[in-house]
Amino acid sequence: MIRVVDLHKTFGRQHVLRGVNLELEAGKITTIIGGSGSGKTVLLKHLNALLLPDCGSVFVGDRDITQLSQTALNEVRRKFGVLFQGAALLDSMTIHDNVAFPLRETTKLKETEIEKKVDESLAQVGLAGAGYKFPAEVSGGMKKRAGLARALVVKPEIMLFDEPTTGLDPLLGKSIHQLIRKMHATHKFTGVVVSHDIPEVFQISDRIAMLAEGVITEVGTTEDFLVSENPAVKQFIHGETEGPLAVL
Amino acid sequence: MPSFFGQFGRYAILNTVGMGRTFLFLLSAFAWAFRPPIRIRLIVYHIRTIGVESLSVVILSGVFTGMVMGLQGYYSLRKFNAENFLGSAVALGILRELGPVLSAFMVTGRTGSAMAAELASMKVTEQIDALYSMAVNPIQYLVSPRIIAGLISMPLLTAIFDVVAIYGAYVVGVQLLGVSSGSYFSGMELSVVFKDVLSGFLKSVSFGLIITWICCYKGFNAPPMATESVVLCFVMILVWNYFMTSVML
Repeated sequence: MIRVVDLHKTFGRQHVLRGVNLELEAGKITTIIGGSGSGKTVLLKHLNALLLPDCGSVFVGDRDITQLSQTALNEVRRKFGVLFQGAALLDSMTIHDNVAFPLRETTKLKETEIEKKVDESLAQVGLAGAGYKFPAEVSGGMKKRAGLARALVVKPEIMLFDEPTTGLDPLLGKSIHQLIRKMHATHKFTGVVVSHDIPEVFQISDRIAMLAEGVITEVGTTEDFLVSENPAVKQFIHGETEGPLAVL
Repeated sequence: MPSFFGQFGRYAILNTVGMGRTFLFLLSAFAWAFRPPIRIRLIVYHIRTIGVESLSVVILSGVFTGMVMGLQGYYSLRKFNAENFLGSAVALGILRELGPVLSAFMVTGRTGSAMAAELASMKVTEQIDALYSMAVNPIQYLVSPRIIAGLISMPLLTAIFDVVAIYGAYVVGVQLLGVSSGSYFSGMELSVVFKDVLSGFLKSVSFGLIITWICCYKGFNAPPMATESVVLCFVMILVWNYFMTSVML
């Protein structure tokens, strides 16, 4: 479904991605784990060309999206839904209008149909009746759920989740994980989650990839990771300060 | 340690690249403005935020600018027994220079800074990335309507500034200091020609472009640049005003 080939990205003098290779299987949730500042979000933003690489390719299906024109890229982006770290709801609109926004902008649906889809989507994430509120008037958890509703309302084939539980307490974090699992079961999307929420994120993942030192150091199932002998993986999932990964 | 010439070269290259990006940003905004969908509702919304919401501050500054011009003009002209030229002096000064420049300053302070801060906040909170990810071009959605609204609003605000400033000078010069009402308006009628009005109009349109262009660009390139937008607008308005004046005199 998505294939990343020898991806490099540099910001100033910081070489963040140093040849990332990764294949993401269709219909499954793959979680990319790694320390803070390891480049997980940078990698995620390359998957729908929000960032373009210095060199390397990102194939969505059989199309290398790093080489596409703006129009062709927009076609590909319509396959994606993204839940951003802070939800990235448009401040000037109500939650209802935020969820309706991609439908109004990228489809020719009538307003009555849009209303119906928005109400359904808000109900799915437990926000029925909260659509009239502005993003500034709701909690972090509600923002994430609204962001999820906005991403899912266009029925994307691929969902990207950028640290979906950051800034939430453990209970809310768990409820967001459960919601992602539930939505995955309903919508059957290919999911890519960026997280360092270990071990909770293992419950929603079919596969895990570890990013360290700018490359993918290990890919496998959740079970593979739990018994991995890779010292970097062991250090990271057990939260040890001593090991090959530099902590400070 | 790089040499002086090395540092100077690096500075020159960075600034040239920056200027190129700024012009490409403007070209892109104009290109997207004429591609469907044409966002009439957003243009009207921004005419409200740029135009209507700046109206009170423009009127207030216009009244007091006119009153000061009436006062200063009267005492300067009286030395030459030329008080009757007050109307023409005030009208020419306001229509050609003070009206466009001061109303542009007011709009920069009132709306330009807010525009840069709003876009900067959208950039930092990934709202602009969210637009890209929903296949909506942020230049078309956020920048083009603001630039068109600026082009429409500024001449209207300047016209309002001109009218209230001329009446502000009238109140001081005619009502308080005793200049004849007839000579105030007839002097204005005799000295002001269409070219003066046109000059003020063209200046105000170009200032509308400068304010929205710079503030949107700086906001879009946040976080380090948003605070520079107001100062840069003021400087660009003054520099551009000099060039326009020298060409249109």
